Amino acid sequence: AMEGGPGARIREGDCAVLKRDEVFKAVSVLRRRKIIFEKQWFYLDNAIGHTYGTTFEVTSGGNLQPKQEVEETTTETKEAGTDNRNIVDDGKSQKLTHDDIKALKDKGIKGQEIVQQLIENSTTFRDKTEFAQDKYIKKKKKKYEAVITIVKPSTRILSTMYYAREPGKINHLRYDTLAQMLTLGNIHAGNKMIVLETCAGLVLGAVMERMGGYGSIIQMYPGGGPVRAATSCFGFPKPFFDNLHEFPLSKVHSLLSGTFTTETLPADPEDNALLEEESNGLSEEKQTSLQETEEESVPEAVMEINQTEEQETMDINAEDVEFKETKEKENKENVREKQIKQWERRKKLIEAAALLREKNADGLIVASKFHPTPLLLSLLEFVAPSRPFVVYCQYKEPLLECYTKLRERGGVINLKLSETWLRNYQVLPDRSHPKLTMSGGGGYLLSGITVVLDKGRSDPSNSEALKVEEPSSKRCKLQDLHC
Amino acid sequence: MSFVEYGDTIKDGDTAIVFLGHESMFPVKVQHGTVTQTKYGVIRHSTDLIGKKYGSKVTCSKGGWVFILHPTPELWTMNLPHRTQILYSTDISIITMMLELKPGSIVCESGTGSGSLSHALIRTVAPTGHLYTVEFHQQRAEKAQEEFREHGVEHLVTVTNQDVCKNGFGVSNVADAVFLDIPSPWEAIGHAKSALKAEGGRICSFSPCIEQVQRTCLAMEEYGFTEINTLEILLRVYNVRTISLQIPDLGKAAEDNSSTGFDSSNPSHQGSPCANLQQGTVQFKSGVPLREVVGHTGYLTFATKS
Repeated sequence: AMEGGPGARIREGDCAVLKRDEVFKAVSVLRRRKIIFEKQWFYLDNAIGHTYGTTFEVTSGGNLQPKQEVEETTTETKEAGTDNRNIVDDGKSQKLTHDDIKALKDKGIKGQEIVQQLIENSTTFRDKTEFAQDKYIKKKKKKYEAVITIVKPSTRILSTMYYAREPGKINHLRYDTLAQMLTLGNIHAGNKMIVLETCAGLVLGAVMERMGGYGSIIQMYPGGGPVRAATSCFGFPKPFFDNLHEFPLSKVHSLLSGTFTTETLPADPEDNALLEEESNGLSEEKQTSLQETEEESVPEAVMEINQTEEQETMDINAEDVEFKETKEKENKENVREKQIKQWERRKKLIEAAALLREKNADGLIVASKFHPTPLLLSLLEFVAPSRPFVVYCQYKEPLLECYTKLRERGGVINLKLSETWLRNYQVLPDRSHPKLTMSGGGGYLLSGITVVLDKGRSDPSNSEALKVEEPSSKRCKLQDLHC
Repeated sequence: MSFVEYGDTIKDGDTAIVFLGHESMFPVKVQHGTVTQTKYGVIRHSTDLIGKKYGSKVTCSKGGWVFILHPTPELWTMNLPHRTQILYSTDISIITMMLELKPGSIVCESGTGSGSLSHALIRTVAPTGHLYTVEFHQQRAEKAQEEFREHGVEHLVTVTNQDVCKNGFGVSNVADAVFLDIPSPWEAIGHAKSALKAEGGRICSFSPCIEQVQRTCLAMEEYGFTEINTLEILLRVYNVRTISLQIPDLGKAAEDNSSTGFDSSNPSHQGSPCANLQQGTVQFKSGVPLREVVGHTGYLTFATKS
């Protein structure tokens, strides 16, 4: 059965998306939290409990009220003109002034009524053609009948929203391009996917949605940690995150060359055992911790706190000896907690490394601000043969180079460089035509399929001898670190 | 292997894809004792295929080689035997996303046609979803059913041989999404509505002609669908080519020996023109559009059941 089910209800704490015509905004559903959207202020409290997809009106108090289904006033043969040859746009055809309209709004008159008033007070309305009248009414309704629909987040909704509102955050990845990536990459339940993205976690979320919580994902990330702002918007249930791993890009080379260790910090007795198990024994890595050095300095910092506190509490009289003792205990617990967290992080890192080392991923998705070539050349090493990969780039040229380098490397077939052209349409009786053109600006994709990397290919363009790659044939259990 | 789950090695009974080279491939039913002819020679299933890893290179009898690929709905779309005009992955991709399909989704489709979209839908809704596909042509319905069985996905799909405009999809109030690719989709909107779940279901109709789209949009409106939106999507493929352009001879200036303004001492690096002054050419990499491209497949109209 589908998660969410028919008629999923809006709950406090959800990430919901507000929709008005073509404008979207993601918000957290929290009580007594003022929301600004499309020039309106309101609280979401009244929305809680309603089903997603419900349309609301904003009342004068800033509260939401489900919109009543109103009978569209059937226009009896409206008076209309045939064309606009005699209509002069002098800005004076509307008799209601700005203040008049404001007065109506303040009186609490509903948007529908305001629109009616505007029509009645327009000197040119009945001269307009029927189509122009339709357009006029639509325009006024859009302005004065402010209705908001609360929709459940999905790849469709969020990718459209991000592209419209914050394209810079997603490297201008247009939603149809994202759609191509998901299909070309054969993203489905049960896959073991490698994802590298700098799109605020939108691409990761899209991949997770298509995997439905089945299979596993290793998210590669630059810098200190993965960004998953958009991912949390999807509202996935907790179990979806059980098989989501992450691994730093900065360790990829060491992992590929066999020199990867997590040894960075002064050891715990437990840590020592761990280090012996998983070190490759070739060479020891420099002290490059994947977290910031704050972790290492914690013990010292806590020591400092201890000392200053001890100093202070000395001055207080002996009755506070107990207080001092509890403070010391607390500090020791904090240190202990931090160490546990550190150990857990290290454990996860080792798990992710083990998964990657198997070199049997079912696919690779790359969508980042980085030049794609070095990413592909290294990350493809972790992918099994006969699996698809897709790389997104905002620009075409880096993909030209990537294509060339992949041809030189070998082990890939069916390389394709493409972009999609998307066009929206207005479909109305006698008024159907394309709307806005969005061609150009959606980004480019390079896709292909891996094959067994072979030494001495008969391809004349390949002059280098390629090493024979034997990917492991079995999927190892997580506990077995020596795959 | 199955179309919904990756396997590592080729097994008897699998459908595998034989890749011969640029854009040239075909599907093959792996069977003990069988041979397959290719332009590079013969492939013997028992010795060359069964037990080999997917993605392996197989040398054929005449010495040339091919790659054996794991099937995917996308590869199937490019290689399936056409019984009707089919949908290609470009349209399939946007349909999948706009219908918000994912594991567990219940989808209704008509007509089944050659099963191109069907395979993609099944892949997306697996392992807990289901596809109800309706086809009014008896042989096509049977062929589709046969293929689903061969591809190991029959538990995820129900094929019904009937006219969707008259008899609907065979289910009520359960579908998360409905897809229509039929000549008169406006006649099936009512049935689509009753197949869809109470609220929030999505519908998509694919039509080559704008007149069909107009009638369908009206019908959707009449039946109370909202968020009605029509779009089209086209694929633009680029060939990566190294291009050499000749530098024209504009003659020499009076005494000045400097030639074309290109600095020949500039070390050439990727992406920038590389002047070969002796031969008078500049080389660069380009993404060259194909000469003939698909200009139109059909209009896609989406809507939501409120």
